[in-house]
Amino acid sequence: MTSSATNNNQRSDTSMKPVLRLEGITKRFPGVVALNNVSFDVRAGEVHALLGENGAGKSTLMKCLAGKHQAEEGSIVLEGQKVSFSDPMAAKQHGIVLIHQELSLVSDLTVAENIFLGSLPLKWPNRVDWKKLRSDTDKILSRLKCTFKSDDLVGDLSIAKKQMVEIARALVFTPKIVVFDEPTASLTDHEKPVLFNVINSLREHGVGIVYISHRMDEIFALSQRITVLRDGEYNGTIDTAQTNEDEVTKLMIGRSLELDHSSKPTEFKENVLEVRNLSVEGVCKDVSFNVRNGEIVGMYGLVGAGRSEIAETIFGLRRPSAGEILLEGESVTVKSPHDAVARGIALVPESRKEQGLVLGLNCRDNITLATLESVSSMGVMSPKKELEIYEKYQRELKIKTPGWAQKVGNLSGGNQQKIVIGKWLTTHPKLLILDEPTRGIDVGSKAEIHALIKDLAKSGYAVLVISSEMPEVLGVSNRVIAMYSGQITAEFNADTVTEDELVQAITGQHKAASETSLQAAGL
Amino acid sequence: MTPIEQTESIGLKRKLNRVSFKNFLTTQGILIVFMICLAGFSIFSDRFLSEENIMTVIRQASIVGIIAIGVTVVIIGGNLDLSVGSMLSFATVLVVDLHDKIGPTNAIIVMFAMTLLIGAVNGFLIGYMKLNSLIVTLAMLSAIQGITLIYTGGQNVDIANQDSTWFAFFGRGFVGGIAVPILMFAVLALCVHFVMRYTSYGRRIFAIGGNPTAAVYAGIRKSRCVFSTYMISAFSVGCAALVLGSRVMGSQNNVGQGYELLVLAGIILGGTSLMGGAGSVWKTVIGVLILGFIQNGLLLLGYPYYTQWLVTWVIIIVAVWLDLANQRKRLFTSHS
Ligand SMILES: Nc1ncnc2c1ncn2[C@@H]1O[C@H](COP(=O)(O)OP(=O)(O)OP(=O)(O)O)[C@@H](O)[C@H]1O
Ligand SMILES: [Mg+2]
Repeated sequence: MTSSATNNNQRSDTSMKPVLRLEGITKRFPGVVALNNVSFDVRAGEVHALLGENGAGKSTLMKCLAGKHQAEEGSIVLEGQKVSFSDPMAAKQHGIVLIHQELSLVSDLTVAENIFLGSLPLKWPNRVDWKKLRSDTDKILSRLKCTFKSDDLVGDLSIAKKQMVEIARALVFTPKIVVFDEPTASLTDHEKPVLFNVINSLREHGVGIVYISHRMDEIFALSQRITVLRDGEYNGTIDTAQTNEDEVTKLMIGRSLELDHSSKPTEFKENVLEVRNLSVEGVCKDVSFNVRNGEIVGMYGLVGAGRSEIAETIFGLRRPSAGEILLEGESVTVKSPHDAVARGIALVPESRKEQGLVLGLNCRDNITLATLESVSSMGVMSPKKELEIYEKYQRELKIKTPGWAQKVGNLSGGNQQKIVIGKWLTTHPKLLILDEPTRGIDVGSKAEIHALIKDLAKSGYAVLVISSEMPEVLGVSNRVIAMYSGQITAEFNADTVTEDELVQAITGQHKAASETSLQAAGL
Repeated sequence: MTPIEQTESIGLKRKLNRVSFKNFLTTQGILIVFMICLAGFSIFSDRFLSEENIMTVIRQASIVGIIAIGVTVVIIGGNLDLSVGSMLSFATVLVVDLHDKIGPTNAIIVMFAMTLLIGAVNGFLIGYMKLNSLIVTLAMLSAIQGITLIYTGGQNVDIANQDSTWFAFFGRGFVGGIAVPILMFAVLALCVHFVMRYTSYGRRIFAIGGNPTAAVYAGIRKSRCVFSTYMISAFSVGCAALVLGSRVMGSQNNVGQGYELLVLAGIILGGTSLMGGAGSVWKTVIGVLILGFIQNGLLLLGYPYYTQWLVTWVIIIVAVWLDLANQRKRLFTSHS
């Protein structure tokens, strides 16, 4: 493999000179060698995919490039000149922009202000030139074919649109290199094409693109070359046209991907959760569904369809305006998340940073946070029990960390997500609600987590999986509930439904058909 | 990432050492400044490092220290308590005034009840009504000042027979050769330190201060926890009032004025961040002692009493600036 990679490199060197070259980058954190002598290059007008398991060092490498981290060894060569950036602004001024997975916009400012933040056009004496600001912004927005306006508040935009603002921000500096770090992690399948169009048009304008993602289909659709990192080491570069998913996966995890062959649960008993005619102001209307013991129910829909909000209502974070929620046949009012946890409900929330983790606390403290009673006696913590629980889930979920004392904020994105999942498994709930459980998790671990979810269901958990990824919904669940703008449009058997049917149902074109399918299902 | 074993290489070790030394400088910088001050003071005044003087300093610092321990809990939980100064005035006036009227035991009980009541109001407004803690406690600061004045009608209060009351024990007594205020300071520090470090309650407070949303999502009852932090800070004010009232045996309406700033200075100086979610009681103890020694040193060097206010201000600014610099560094390198 390595030899063919070298061949490719040599060929490319003669045919096309890279705009950017990273040579021998080494970056260490206390207890971790995040990057060890990694080299990487990007050509003008190509999409270069960067792949690797969770914690392989992808984000770190790109942060070293974009001035967020300083590499200890190695050099950055931009257009034949050695450069080094002390901070992200310096990198931007050289035309290198990093678009983070976690967006960094100011919600209280307008689109225009966000785009030009830090470089607002001024007119004498030192006043913001609003006219120029608007016209400049409009130019960029029309180039990106955005539908929102320069005066819109960023806080009011959807995640997909926010991401467009983030990209627009990059265009201010006439970028030479744009790095996308897991840009599609929070986009639905329907919002992705817009992003891909933008990426392709940037590429056609001669910009070099680095694209980090855990989704193979995207990587094969977009990229010209693929570089794989493994445990902080460079593990080869291949032309996308000359390889396949299996080969790339092998480079990434050192073996073929063990497909998740575990069977879905088949034995369902009584209802654990039953939702009857639930309405929540501004969120959903007349929603009814159930989840049984040992069953996995998938909830599929576009962002904004109200899926997460329904989960939050069940978890006691929102008040229903009508309808009831029954737990094990008993009508209940879940007053708060505390109440929900006491009743055996667990929610792995949508946003790990805002809702899932206390970034300043260490791995162990985060994992035990939802089950403090079980690791303490009379209020006094038992370090031994805590460590046992931490070690159990660290092993089970293969969480990569130098130790329990590492701050969660220092873990890679995927490993942070695993901590959130682990935190809720510790509570041994009756009803497990997972909202985008594998967001940012690499292909290998994803299969493992899917298998884990199935095992949990087989051992008697009732599981509700909310996901924007069709393969995930279809792969793990028994039944799929399709939602469109706050309403359930259809319910399917996950093993027999076709993709077309599902897409129609979540875009609201299924309304008429849904009635019949619900009747057919005897509901 | 490569396993830890690989980090044993010599080059990295040097690197790690350098990093942690730099870290040490920024996080413990104040301790170094303190050492330099200590050395400076002891050169100019040979009394400064005498056992007697050291004990005096700790004893004087114990009132600020006792309150600071309670306020540290509030701050770790992500809030502020600026009302402690006027709460201290109120509680001291109350306990001294009631001493002769209803007897020391009853006076102490009433004083604690009233202090905890104020804490409960703070806690209710901030915890359950979700009002901003800065505004609420600032308003409380002036409200209690008013209440104190109304209560005393502007008169100073004092205890008639100061020599015969057992109430003197809290401020003037000794147990095993150690002054009672110091003992109270130490015992309270140990207890609260234990609670914050080793109990599930402490863990919850840290989580709430670190990320309130995530704490709620984890099933932690945030309102209740925040409420309880204000009860702890109110209790610590009660203890401080006991010491102060018993030491002076008489009280002006504004004895506690400015204590909220001293308390904050001690906490920040120790290195507990005002952002919440981090810090420790132990750090606060150190911070309060540093403050005490610097003030004492200035007095010994012959500077007038009020210079320490200016110096305290400078210390607060420097400490907040150091905290901010740290914070920035953390934000800047934070992982995403
Ligand atoms: N600020 C930091 N402090 C300490 N360790 C860090 C820090 N940032 C990253 N690391 C460590 O460096 C390694 C590489 O992390 P990185 O974020 O680059 O992984 P990644 O390839 O982006 O993974 P993912 O796919 O999960 O996002 C991880 O083991 C991580 O724990
Ligand atoms: Mg990453």
